[in-house]
Parts: sequence; structure tokens; C-alpha cells
Amino acid sequence: MDTDLSSQDRKDLDKFIKFFALKTVQVIVQARLGEKICTRSSSSPTGSDWFNLAIKDIPEVTHEAKKALSGQLPAVGRSMCVEISLKTSEGDSMELEIWCLEMNEKCDKEIKVSYTVYNRLSLLLKSLLAITRVTPAYRLSRKQGHEYVILYRIYFGEVQLSGLGEGFQTVRVGTVGTPLGTITLSCAYRINLAFMSTRQFERTPPIMGIIIDHFVDRPYPSSSPMHPCNYRTTGEDNGATYPSVEDSQEVCTTSFSTSPPSQCVFTVTKAHFQTPPPVVMDTLKVPMMGLAFSHQVGCSSFLLLHPLFAPAALGVGSADMGYPVIFAGGLNAAHPHQLIVPGKEGGVPPVPSQPAHGTQADHERMVMCTPLDGALYSAATPSSSEDTETVSNSSEGKSASPHDLLETIFVRKVGAFVNKPINQVTMASLDIPFAMFAPKNVELEDNDPMVNPPDSPDAESPLQGSLHSEGSSGSSAGNTHDDFVMVDFKPAFSKDDILPMDLGTFYREFQNPPQLSSLSIDIGAQSMAEDLDSLPEKLAVHEKNVKEFDAFVETLQ
Amino acid sequence: MGMRCLAEGRGAYCQEAQRPIIEPGLSRAFRSAVWRRGSSALPSPAGKAGRACLQAQAAMNCRSEVLEVSVEGRQIEEAMLAVLHTILLHRSTGKFHYKKEGTYSIGTVGTQDVDCDFIDFTYARVSSEELDRALRKAVGEFKDALRNSGSEGVGQICLEFYQKKKSRWPFSDECIPWEVWTIKVNVVNLANEQERQICREKVGEKLCEKLINIVEVMNRHEYLPKMPTQSEVDNVFDTGLKDVQPYLYKVSYQITDSLGSSVTTTMRRLIKDTLAL
Repeated sequence: MDTDLSSQDRKDLDKFIKFFALKTVQVIVQARLGEKICTRSSSSPTGSDWFNLAIKDIPEVTHEAKKALSGQLPAVGRSMCVEISLKTSEGDSMELEIWCLEMNEKCDKEIKVSYTVYNRLSLLLKSLLAITRVTPAYRLSRKQGHEYVILYRIYFGEVQLSGLGEGFQTVRVGTVGTPLGTITLSCAYRINLAFMSTRQFERTPPIMGIIIDHFVDRPYPSSSPMHPCNYRTTGEDNGATYPSVEDSQEVCTTSFSTSPPSQCVFTVTKAHFQTPPPVVMDTLKVPMMGLAFSHQVGCSSFLLLHPLFAPAALGVGSADMGYPVIFAGGLNAAHPHQLIVPGKEGGVPPVPSQPAHGTQADHERMVMCTPLDGALYSAATPSSSEDTETVSNSSEGKSASPHDLLETIFVRKVGAFVNKPINQVTMASLDIPFAMFAPKNVELEDNDPMVNPPDSPDAESPLQGSLHSEGSSGSSAGNTHDDFVMVDFKPAFSKDDILPMDLGTFYREFQNPPQLSSLSIDIGAQSMAEDLDSLPEKLAVHEKNVKEFDAFVETLQ
Repeated sequence: MGMRCLAEGRGAYCQEAQRPIIEPGLSRAFRSAVWRRGSSALPSPAGKAGRACLQAQAAMNCRSEVLEVSVEGRQIEEAMLAVLHTILLHRSTGKFHYKKEGTYSIGTVGTQDVDCDFIDFTYARVSSEELDRALRKAVGEFKDALRNSGSEGVGQICLEFYQKKKSRWPFSDECIPWEVWTIKVNVVNLANEQERQICREKVGEKLCEKLINIVEVMNRHEYLPKMPTQSEVDNVFDTGLKDVQPYLYKVSYQITDSLGSSVTTTMRRLIKDTLAL
């Protein structure tokens, strides 16, 4: 009966519930991203912090949530559910948790909407913050990376708990009574993972107790696509804010780095390098790796990477902004390459990269981490003027305003720290990571191939200029001619101004150490015989010292 | 050992007398009783009898909750901090800014995740360095006392939320608690690394259960002090911190000696704001 509720109260309540649902989804997904969350308290109220809690809004997550809700609110029989699942690099997947925001009919008429309900919703969000760290999936999500990733999916409607296996447990986060019904937030989680959280998730065929074969046809009413929970944080200089990320499409289909923010998120294993990386998400089509191709000395190279950053914190109003994307390295003249950039939800708009200049004969550098660390990023060489282009992935609704473009551009990923610590300094006004590389607005727009299809590569993107960090000249000699692209390896935080030998060079040189002499046959055979002969003597010596060994062992206990 | 406490039927239960004890007007000094109901489950309502007694009761509405954990020595601090921070997360708001006409706006509370080094556990706490420091100090003292007591290592730490009630001169202000959380700690000694590893995981799981219990209590939406006017805000909230505003609280602890039956009340009080008794 709505007669008791004034229309203003009704509107307020609907608004509260809507934002509560959005914030709930944010908290849940952020808790499964695999990193620690940190937000700042602020004594002066800002208008935008719902429920007086500093919860960042990842735009993509908000978008997904809004899409799932499609303008409705949770009501009886229509619950909002966030499903968290795990997917291994082999493609097996398993549902871990389902978080449900439900509404039932039990109304509390006397409660004051604008005050009590609001505060209780705030308390419920705090409880959610606490509980999301407590379920078994949290520890799994912290360890996600090479072997598995954590995905989320939002749907609205009936709760489907069948994928959780037998014996799943439920924890109720809390309830808030409102004049329209009682909001309940709960989580159902699989329990036969509980012991997995302490073990490494091994990449072996089915381990007892773990249900690996999960290609079950899910009878979901709304088959919304799964999205990975991943993101990258920016320079953590101030530590508190967290311009999260997310870029489910372009992303890093395979894995997510749990390493410190300085590393790139994209992991590519050698095996995958030539082929498109396994697609984690249904909607992802990212033959990004196909874009890597052999280069010739002094040119080509190519690179692309998707910055996982979505500068949500940049205060872009629209939640639907495009995601930053990639860099296309220029190429030899006349070989424009198709950069395939996954679009949102299935579209894969090919983005032509700019053909290289003639002048770019030099080294265009593509920097790539070794597979295990995983990241591809581009760094440019100082002297060449190539055309690294930042292509912004235009998603729907993305305005082409310079401001937005600016924000969607990422110039360097990890390794950006290599030469310029000030990379982390953001422009005061815009607060973007690597903002110093951001070109001026106008040029940016001009350079964006989405906005202006590239014709002749005459304009040197200022990005390049900034990308060519001074330091890279020293290591420009590091071009290797592998199959794929590793032109130069620039590990994070390495300085190349000090020594000719930097970390990357060191690593490369010592990557393949010479074989141990004792293992080589001819020498080995002889020493083996000698070893065998000397064994009895050695044993005698050890037996004499037996007491010392025992004492030592005891100190260890 | 007499157990007296402010009861609300739900929380306080005397094992000996098998009935709830309700004594209005009891000051906090008497709440040093050792709870013998050591189960980790929250005390269930004492039943109809308890509630009936309560209805006759005038003022006090103090909830009391007890949690119990068994930890190894080096896990004490982290376990206590996890529990206390979780409770304070729920019992803190942003700073109030009073405007004219009695309205106020509330600041924003940020959170951050803390990984434990000795326990497989992560918890979220309020992003406030001052609050963290205050709690760490309290827990540090508790841990030292526990370690130095030379006993089997049983103690408890109490987090009490109270309201101040101004009295006229010559009487000093009264502190009336409205929620008390008691965490009983049992320190175990482990023989080798393997046991320690198991303990890490087990304590982590136990803490998960405790947090679920805490959240359950919080979400019952029971009595909370009314939002105060500007002149009264210091009687309800601790306004001394610069970025958040928790309800007025104090942390105290006591250590049980090895005899167990008689309690050596090494009672120390860490007073959050100036408090005169």
C-alpha cells in the first residue's frame, strides 16, 4: 500500500534502492579483482558518495549492472544476482558464489525513509565489505593470475543456485526493512573449494574433489556475458585512490596479474603468442596477438596493448565511456595493419593502424615483457618518430570530446616507470595516469584513427615524442629477432642510464645459462666414478659429525 | 564469581543462577566479570523470562556479545585487530558537519583491506590512521600483558560503546554503555612449523566465522543512540578524529591467571576520551 508513503519518500526510496544495488555490485566485483582495495576517508562530504561510503565506481561494472536491471528495481521474485565464477586457463569453469539482492513482501511502514533506511543501507554496505573478504572465493581471487581467472556476471530475475554444486552454504549479509518490502542481501557459496584456497590451483587433470568439468548449459534466463574481474591500479603514490579499470573486452583475455601495479596485466605465454590467446569471455574476440609480427630491423614493430585502465576516477561523467586501448605501432610503410580491437559485446571494430612513415625507419620499439610477467606495452624509441597511435575504442555513446579521448589514452603500461618516474605524476587538472604523455587535446583527436581515419602518416603523434623516453636509446640495441616481437625488453623500474647492462639485458643474457659441466657426458662419466669411490669416505666423515647434525636439526624444531 | 552486568535479556546470562541478571544503573566497573559462556556462538536470547524482566526495566539497554578465539602467540594482534576493526567499521560514520537549522551533512568513510601476516585472512577496515593507531596501541598492550602474565594465556579484550550523560556539578559525567563486545582469547603454543601452518589456516577460518557473527549482530538493527544535535554530538560520537567519527568507545582488557577460578583483574583501561569516574 503506497498510501502511507509520500511520493517524495517513494522517489527517494527507489533511488536509494537503485544506487544500493549498483554499489553492491561494485563492492562485490571489486572484492574479486584480486587486489587490495583502498579508498580514502574524507571529512568533507562530497555529493557523489552514496551512503557516505567511498566506493569507487568501475564504469564497466556500472554499465553491466544497469543493463541487467534495465530500469527495474529488485522486487519480489525479481532479484539481482551477481555470479562469481572461476575459469582456468584450459577453459574449465566453475561457479563459486552467487550474491543475491532480494526483496520480499514484509514491509516496515513506520520506518523513515530518508534517514533510517539510508543509514541502514549504509550499514549493510559496510557489512558487505566485510563479508566479501570472508568467503572462500576471496582467497582464490587474490591468487588469480596465470592459471585461472575470476569472472563475474550480473543477472536479474530468479536466483539460480544449481551451479554451485552440492552442499553449498549461505551467508546472510543483512536485511533492511523499508515501507515497500524488506531488502535482503545474501551469498550462496560453493564449499568444496574451501580446501582449495590453501592450495595452489594446479594445472593438472581433475583433482579429487574439485569439479572441473563445468561446461554445463546454463539455463539462464538472461544470458549475460561473463566478465573478468580484473583491473590495474595506477601509480600508487598516494595509495588511496584507485582509478579502476576495467576493460573487459580488450582485455587480457588470459590472465590477470596479481603482481604489483607496476606490471602489466596482460600475460601472454609463449605458446599462445602466435595464436590468439584463449578467450575467456564469450564476447571477446581478441586476436590481438595476431598482430604481432615480425619486424625488420629498424622498423615495424608493433604493439598493442590494451591498457586496462579506465580512468573512472577521472571523473568522467558518463559511465559509458570508451575504453582505452591500444597502441598500434607503425609499420613499414605500406603495410597498414589491422588492429583488431574487441569492441563491446561482440563487435570487433577493426582499427587500422597508421602506416609507418618513411622516416620511421628506425626502431620502433615494442616493449614486451617476457611471457610470464606478461605485458605488452609499447615504448617508443627516442629517435624515431613513429606513429604509435592510440586508438580509442569507441564504444557506444562515447563522445569524441577531446577530454574523453584524453582519458582513454594510455601510453605506457608497465615499464613506463622505466625511464620517467614522473610518469606517475598526473596532470593536476585531469589526474590521469601517464598524463604527461598525453598529447594536447587537439592533436589527440587528429591522431585518433577512429575519428579521423589515418591517411598519410605525416603527423607525428606527440605521443611518440613522449614515448621516446630518453632512456631507451641505451637499450635500443636490444632488438631480438624472435618470432614475435620482442624488440626490447624493458622491465619495470630498470634504469638504463647507469650501466650499459640493465636488468633486461642481464636477464636476457643469463636466461640460457651454459650447461653444468658436471652434466656433460665425458667429464661426467669420470667424475661419477670418482664420486662413487669417494662415497664411503664421505659417509665416514658424516657419521663422525652425527651429533652436530642432530643438534642442528633440533634447533630447527 | 559473581557475574553482573547490564543485561538486555538477550546478552547477559548468568551461568550460575541460570537467569539473566539485570541491575539497572550499574557502572561499568562491575562489568569485569569473566564470561563463562565461552562458546563462540552469540548468546541467544535468554527466553521469554529474560525479556519479561527487561520490560520492567527502565533505562539500560546494553547489548553484550561475546566472541572467543584460540590463537597462537604471534597471531594475537592481528586477530584482535581484525575483529575490532570490523566492529568499528560498522560503528563509524563520516564526520558530521552541522549546518543551520539543525541539519547536518556527513563525510565519507573510506575502507582499506589489510592482509594478515600470520593468519590466512584479510579484513577491511576504516581508512583512518588515527583509529588504526589507537586500536593497535590497545591491542599491543593487551598482547604484552597476555604474554607477560606467565599464565596459560587466557584473557579477554572488551570494546565498549557508550554514551555520555552530563551530570550537574559536583557529579561527573556518567558513561552509559549501550553495546559491549567481549573477545576472549586463548593462547596456544605450537610445537613445530607444520602445526603453525595448520593454525594459520584454521584461525583464518575461525575469524571468518567471527566476522559473520559480528555482521549478523550488526544487522539486527537494534538500539543505536539517536543522532545528536550539535551540542550533544560529543556525548555520542568521538569527534576527535579528523577523518571519521566512530561512536564513543573504549577498550579494556583483563587477563585470567592460571588458576582460572579467581580472576586477577589486571584491569587497564585505555580511555578514548577523557573520562572521569
